[in-house]
Amino acid sequence: MIEAILIGLTAGLFAGLLGVGGGALFVPALTIFLGLGQIEAEATSLLAIIPVALVGAWRQRAHGNVDMRTGLLLGTLAVGGAVAGVAVANAVPRRALEIGFALLILYVASQLVRRALAPPTGESRAPARP
Amino acid sequence: MARMLARRTITLAAIGTLAGLFSGLFGVGGGVVMVPLLVLWLGFGERQATGTSLAAITIIAAVAVAVHGAYGNLHVREGLLVGVPAVAGVLIGIELQPRISTRTISLVFAALLVIVAADLLFEFG
Repeated sequence: MIEAILIGLTAGLFAGLLGVGGGALFVPALTIFLGLGQIEAEATSLLAIIPVALVGAWRQRAHGNVDMRTGLLLGTLAVGGAVAGVAVANAVPRRALEIGFALLILYVASQLVRRALAPPTGESRAPARP
Repeated sequence: MARMLARRTITLAAIGTLAGLFSGLFGVGGGVVMVPLLVLWLGFGERQATGTSLAAITIIAAVAVAVHGAYGNLHVREGLLVGVPAVAGVLIGIELQPRISTRTISLVFAALLVIVAADLLFEFG
């Protein structure tokens, strides 16, 4: 129980700081520390994501960063994809799911490194983008 | 005008479908797909894309959870034990974010993800 709470706090902290990666940490943490299988961890991660996304959206809305109509339309149009995604996740072997997930978080890691090493935006001497 | 609107809706459907697939398949929110595509295809700013994707993620995750639940994969107790404290973590993170350099944290988080990925890829069991 303590592990679950610590996982939540840590993953949430990273998500709030970096704007990415609730699920990227929830899934492996649930398998490593709580002993869930890959697909169970994925399902459970999605449940944990709901309150995080809700509060995140609420906070971002206060800053004027949420185009609510587009967000709700986008979410509604995503329903078919989400149902299909879950069906595929249940149909493929566990190993395929693990490899796919590993590639996904490697991509997220590469994006984070790129962003961290990019020159800060708004820097007056930064060269103009073509 | 109507044609532009239709075009925009088709683009949103494409982004949503891709994000939904990723979300359902890998148990993530789908922001990793939505944010860059909203920027690239619809000209959103980075912040606007992130905020808007969060509204979409709420719906996507709820649908994916319901379907996973039907398959019997869901651990409700663990999900809540992780998800509720995560809200506190997010709020603290959002407060801290403008005050500290996130550069080092980004690199540490990236390293953590690489370790997890390596563990997943090379641990055959």
